[in-house]
Amino acid sequence: MATVSLLPAGDYRTTYRADTTIFPTRNSRIALWLGIALVAASPLFFGRYELSLLINIGILGIAALGLNILVGFTGQISIGHAAFFGVGAFASAWLHDRFLIPVWACIPLAGLITAVVGIVFGAPAARLKGLYLAIATLAAQFILEDFFARSAWFTGGVAGRITEPLTLFGFAFDREESYLYVVLFYVVLMYLAAANLMRTRDGRALVAVRDHYLSAEIMGINLAYYRTLSFGIASLYAGIGGALYAHYLMFVSVEAFNILFSIQFLGMVIIGGLGSIMGSLMGAAFMVLLPEVVQTAAEALAGGAIDRALKLGASISYLREMAIGAAIIAFLIFEPDGLAHRWRLVKAYWKLYPYSH
Amino acid sequence: MAEEAPILAAEHVSLRFGGVRALTDVSFSVRRGEIFSIIGPNGAGKTSMVNCVSGRYRPTEGRVLFEGQDITRLGPNRRASLGIGRTFQNLALFGHMSVLDNIMVGRHHLLKTGLLRGMLYWFGGAQKEELEHRREVEEIIDFLEIQHVRKAPAGTLPYGLRKRVELARAVAVRPRLILLDEPMAGMNLEEKEDMARFIVDLNEEWGMTVLMIEHDMGVVMDISHRVMVLDFGRRIAEGQPEEVLADPHVRRAYLGEADEVTQPAEEVV
Repeated sequence: MATVSLLPAGDYRTTYRADTTIFPTRNSRIALWLGIALVAASPLFFGRYELSLLINIGILGIAALGLNILVGFTGQISIGHAAFFGVGAFASAWLHDRFLIPVWACIPLAGLITAVVGIVFGAPAARLKGLYLAIATLAAQFILEDFFARSAWFTGGVAGRITEPLTLFGFAFDREESYLYVVLFYVVLMYLAAANLMRTRDGRALVAVRDHYLSAEIMGINLAYYRTLSFGIASLYAGIGGALYAHYLMFVSVEAFNILFSIQFLGMVIIGGLGSIMGSLMGAAFMVLLPEVVQTAAEALAGGAIDRALKLGASISYLREMAIGAAIIAFLIFEPDGLAHRWRLVKAYWKLYPYSH
Repeated sequence: MAEEAPILAAEHVSLRFGGVRALTDVSFSVRRGEIFSIIGPNGAGKTSMVNCVSGRYRPTEGRVLFEGQDITRLGPNRRASLGIGRTFQNLALFGHMSVLDNIMVGRHHLLKTGLLRGMLYWFGGAQKEELEHRREVEEIIDFLEIQHVRKAPAGTLPYGLRKRVELARAVAVRPRLILLDEPMAGMNLEEKEDMARFIVDLNEEWGMTVLMIEHDMGVVMDISHRVMVLDFGRRIAEGQPEEVLADPHVRRAYLGEADEVTQPAEEVV
């Protein structure tokens, strides 16, 4: 489909190596490097608030990618992703406080701990599918939330836990301008890892389980193993995202990781595009930026002619909430395949422009 | 292993679903290197029999032996690495994956790359392994003449091509025994001829033993070495195609006692 049509005419692959690259065309590689360079240079022209948005997109994007591997690539469901995100956040803070492990090492370790927790709670996935699995993961959400509230040794209880900033060689990444690079590093690392995974044996096995589990089994794929593994991978990503979140905010509170947050993660992967790696980042960006855009629109509206004519006044803020909901619904109706798909269509259009036939 | 030992042996296999008897005391053996066909009317238990061999169903009674090893209770995913591959009656491709990836899934048990090495791709040998297997997969693609669609998502292909991709995926498992559940179903004459040629080539050049379910009697009679007939879950005949064709039970149960059964090339059912 898209991959074929997007190759420029005359671009023939002569080696299998050239045919298995993540970014198939020269332009896409240039765009990638340009994008990374732009983000890296953004402290030069962005204020702290804009940088904090970028950091949020990165952190949520990592966790959303994990959920996309679970939901989009393996075809399972989880409404407990935020709880795993929370496990990562608390685990990293706890490891640092309790064992005095440096923060840079705590982040990957927290990812691993979360992966183990995810495998434990994902174990029902070996047997359950669809709605039944959804309910099982909902149980995980509530159990973990309850655990956060009760286990003061781990989470600081209802008071929450103060976390330390990440330091490396005496340099503290405690400001947006510097923490951005930590997040950027992890985004690149985790997205590359996912892209690599998806073009090798285990990634294909996950997709095979999604598309046709009966024939996947005949091909030698152990269904229970891969269904559980996918929970492990999803939790690894959630844990690393959570750990990055903890050392960015420098305070983790128990209430943050509720079911609404879990649903928001689901919204990100659905809007971004199920089964698309870059789509996860797009979905996270959409979810982070949409309230900003609507807020700006609401502010522009306030005190204007329309405001006065309709006597909106204070209800503008309600309008804002409704507009966010409406945007998401409209999105699901008009672009059910997600932003990643729309992006492909845009690329395909410009590829053929002006001779689109 | 002795020359005479069968590659696959089913011993007194019975399969019941509650009160429904899908298979009753079926025994047969497939010799190494032959094309063995199972025929019979709809609902006779042919696919159930193949499912017992591929592990989808577990026989209620009896044993299934593959190369002398009892595989009756072995999980389906373990049988690929033993050397059993199969295709399905109704298409069972991974619709959203490219043809190439579909076939690469068949290599699953031959690949060593785990999660971590997969994520590291360039370091740790995943890339090297991928490219090596890609080379072999391309040979299969070449053989089945599906080069032009190798990057297309399998779900978008026309029926005949999908059947071929499914065969390619089963071949990629590198099986010694390949189970084909109605490889010609729903195909036109030309596609059937191609498919028959592929099966014969797989058998003769690639050295695979073929166990096939097929309704097209012309194909069955032409390419099978031996044929077994099932009816109502029981084996009613087995032997050379001509013998089976001449068997009065088979005529009554399956082929029909038409005016003249001298035209085996006609498709029945």
